Amino acid sequence: MFNSLLPPIVVQILQRLDLVLITALGLLIFVGGVTLYSASDMSSEMVYRQGLHFLIGGTLMVILSQVQSKTLRQWVVWLYGTGIVLLVLVLIIGETKKGATRWLYVGVDIQPAEIMKIAVPMMVAYYFSEKSLPPRFIDIIIALILIFIPMLLIMKQPDLGTSLLIAVAGIFVIYLAGMSWWLIGGSLAAVAIAAPLMFHYGMHEYQRQRVLTLISEDVDVLKEGYHIYQSKIAIGAGGIYGKGWGKGDQSHLDFLPERHTDFIYAVFGEEFGLVGNLALLSLYLFIIWRGLYIASKGEDTFGRLLAGSLSLTFFIYLLVNTGMVSGVLPVVGVPLPLVSYGGTSIVTLMIAFGIIMGMKKRKRIYQGDE
Amino acid sequence: MGERLSIKTERDEQQLFNSRAIVAALIVLLALTGIAARMYFLQVKQHDHYTELSLQNYQRRIPKAPTRGQIYDRNGVLLADSKTKYVLQIIRDGVPDLNGDNLRRYDDIEVLLGQLNNIVTITDKEQRLFMQQLRKKSRYQPTVLKENLTDVEVAKFAVNKPRFPGVDIEVRMERNYPYGAVASHVIGYVGRIDERDMKNLNRDEYAASTHIGKTGVEASHEDRLHGQTGYLEVEVDAHGQHKGVIKEIPPVGGQDLFLSIDINLQLKAEELLKDERGAIIAIDPSSGEVLAMASVPTFDPNLFVNGISHKDYIDLRDNPDRPLYNRALQSAYPPGSTIKPMVALGGLQEGVIWPSKTTYDPGFFQIPGNKHRYRCWKKSGHGAVGIDRAIAQSCDTFFYDMAYRMGVEKYSAFMRSYGFGQLTGIDLPSESAGLMPTPEWKQKRYKQVWYPGDTVNIGIGQGYWLATPLQLAHAVSTTAMRGVRIKPRLLHAVRRVKNEPPEMIPPDYLPKITLKNSRYWDLAINGMINVVNSSYGTAKKVSEDISYTMAGKTGTAQVFGIAQNAKYDAKRLAKRLHDHALFVGFAPANNPKIAMSVIVENGGGGSSVAAPLARAIMDEYLVPKPKVDPNAPTDANVTPTQTGTTPTDPLVNNKKVSATPTGH
Repeated sequence: MFNSLLPPIVVQILQRLDLVLITALGLLIFVGGVTLYSASDMSSEMVYRQGLHFLIGGTLMVILSQVQSKTLRQWVVWLYGTGIVLLVLVLIIGETKKGATRWLYVGVDIQPAEIMKIAVPMMVAYYFSEKSLPPRFIDIIIALILIFIPMLLIMKQPDLGTSLLIAVAGIFVIYLAGMSWWLIGGSLAAVAIAAPLMFHYGMHEYQRQRVLTLISEDVDVLKEGYHIYQSKIAIGAGGIYGKGWGKGDQSHLDFLPERHTDFIYAVFGEEFGLVGNLALLSLYLFIIWRGLYIASKGEDTFGRLLAGSLSLTFFIYLLVNTGMVSGVLPVVGVPLPLVSYGGTSIVTLMIAFGIIMGMKKRKRIYQGDE
Repeated sequence: MGERLSIKTERDEQQLFNSRAIVAALIVLLALTGIAARMYFLQVKQHDHYTELSLQNYQRRIPKAPTRGQIYDRNGVLLADSKTKYVLQIIRDGVPDLNGDNLRRYDDIEVLLGQLNNIVTITDKEQRLFMQQLRKKSRYQPTVLKENLTDVEVAKFAVNKPRFPGVDIEVRMERNYPYGAVASHVIGYVGRIDERDMKNLNRDEYAASTHIGKTGVEASHEDRLHGQTGYLEVEVDAHGQHKGVIKEIPPVGGQDLFLSIDINLQLKAEELLKDERGAIIAIDPSSGEVLAMASVPTFDPNLFVNGISHKDYIDLRDNPDRPLYNRALQSAYPPGSTIKPMVALGGLQEGVIWPSKTTYDPGFFQIPGNKHRYRCWKKSGHGAVGIDRAIAQSCDTFFYDMAYRMGVEKYSAFMRSYGFGQLTGIDLPSESAGLMPTPEWKQKRYKQVWYPGDTVNIGIGQGYWLATPLQLAHAVSTTAMRGVRIKPRLLHAVRRVKNEPPEMIPPDYLPKITLKNSRYWDLAINGMINVVNSSYGTAKKVSEDISYTMAGKTGTAQVFGIAQNAKYDAKRLAKRLHDHALFVGFAPANNPKIAMSVIVENGGGGSSVAAPLARAIMDEYLVPKPKVDPNAPTDANVTPTQTGTTPTDPLVNNKKVSATPTGH
């Protein structure tokens, strides 16, 4: 109905956007802003800057939503290749902050690992789209190599959390491509066996400590367990209906660390209670399902695999963050997607949603031309 | 063909993807349900637990110490008060940073002190001490710059306070005893709460208190004096910064106590005992209220309030005169002859003697079939004596005989009914129960049987019998009241709310002593009147120019055992081995207003040394003071300068020939 009122180019852009998904994202961003305003002690400054992040991210989302699967495919190898080069450069000439070397200075600080969050699933999806599915065993091995190269480079920084998340994004592609259930079962069994070995030999002391914190109840709450301890208090004290917006004592009295970033979910839980939590989780569930739905309507295999894996990656961020904040997963620096304060994560996620929407099968507007 | 295959593959791949996506969607649902369940667990199941933790996080209770109750004498004279003290202190971290290096260097502080000096005078010594302390403390801890600010200085600083961030005035309460060493055993003192105190007290109630009663009334009435701790509930952030007050419950000050002590009488009693060791206790027989309780030497309780110096404490502790000891109720002495009126009452009650009974005193008593002679203090003997003369002249033989025939069981039981061998229950700590011996006690203590001679000895208040001066005063008060026993006490009245009239504390009656015939009381009391007032009484000298009827009984308690037939020679014995001088009495005899006991350790004879002190106290209490007239004759009252042994007194010399435990 807008078609007749709006210029054709706008109509074309709008048609390629998924308005249902955008509405849900808008709602989530609004909730995030409201929570951030409270978490930052009513600082409109911080909310304003977060708004800028969304503006940049939103613009990129709209642009990328216009990019068709066949166009994107042409960029994949370049993007992936550039990412690998940058990751290598990080290890050679990167900037070190707080004991980790994750940044490259190119006028501004960039984090090449962030590129890989999209480039890895894209590369794997591209690889499988060239093959017939379900994938053969050898294809899976090659896909895993494509995943492990950047993963190992990121692990070297060290940034275990990001490297695992990137690996998971790639593995989702393998899963969606149709890796046989037998193999999946076998791999899960192998992981279960390898995990304790990994814990003892493959982890840094601080990482082991974080895992232990989770398992053990009698950790020193003022040291290792402080984040989780305070976060659980905030959530638990929120109760069913919450303490009300702006009334969370835990966050406003500074007990809750990193309350605008990784632990913002605890602020939300304290102020809006279980009712708010269920609503928020439902909203997230809807967004993830909508992403999967769009993926299933994908233009081609590449589009489906990429959109599907990006949607599931979004889910993993959500799961890891909420699991961490509520004390069931170890502390990994993962923000609550689209709610936590921070430009990098928001821009990456918005780009991902742009890509997801872009993968949708185009309506045959120019049918007559064919 | 290739085209068709591609379409088929496309369709298969679409289907494959769809099935995988659906499984993934279900896994997502499952996982988020798991998170929701976790939230339910935290926010519903464990909500109370986390609410509690949250409150612990941000609520801090700042306890506020109550003001300790004041202590007054019965007439409202202040004996102990809580003085407010203003202390100027500085927290280094709060001081303005002149260098901008965030360090608050010591020269920053010196600049500040220079500015402060214009408002509050700071001596060089104070400044030096302060700088020393400052270097030892953390930058967040307050350091005292000046103690005892005057009201003017406090006011001047208050006006200028905004100019001095980091500088603060702290209000401290301090206990002060304006009379110093007077009545220090009764009042006691407060001291800093130590670990031993911590074990017994309610930590919440004492959360803000620094001091607690350690001895005397300060300790025994701690509950009344302390008051209720108030608190300020404040909200703090994670850095401990106060964000606001949630709730304030002000402290409730302790009760003011009005002691039964009359401070003038107390002063008199302590003055009378000056340079001696001893105790004087005066009780109002009708109420049990202690009018004076002197234990000399005394000590200055002010020394203890903020921690006594090691030297001062050693001086007090190692002083052979034991000034910290409350002789009135912590020391037990052989009561000597002071108990003879009560022995007579016991004998009458048990039918061992009767009003007309006389005993012949040849100067000694012998247990039938035994050669040992229990000597009377009067070597030549009193001849035939009845109850009246036996008491008035303190005839030992009469009571030897009576006690022997009464037997230890009945004798002890009767004295127990008087309160001997038991705590009087006075409201002071550390009371001694004394000792009222029985055969069972001796068996247990010495693994020996009770000999009839033991009974003979306790018949004149010697042997194993030990009584505190307070027990003696209480006993004579009971006699004065003809058997009505009232628990002695120091608490006269309490005032719960400032500016309201005090509430009187009613007497606490103990089981009465009822005799077969109430005339027996007259016999004993008449004997006591004759001790003082008759021509033959042992203390007749104290009744000179007396304006009321005084009843009393002298006593001498032997410290040093002298062999049979040996002589007691005061000159040859060290002062510490001299006899204790004792006197008990009450007045007016027909309407008792004051009952008392006096003991002068190693003072010598009860009649010459102790009795005049009792007279002086009674005069002070009973005789209305004449208008001060510088020309008036000053010999109207017995002066306390007669203390010490008076070798010219024939009675004292007579007594000294006695070789057995004796008294008069």
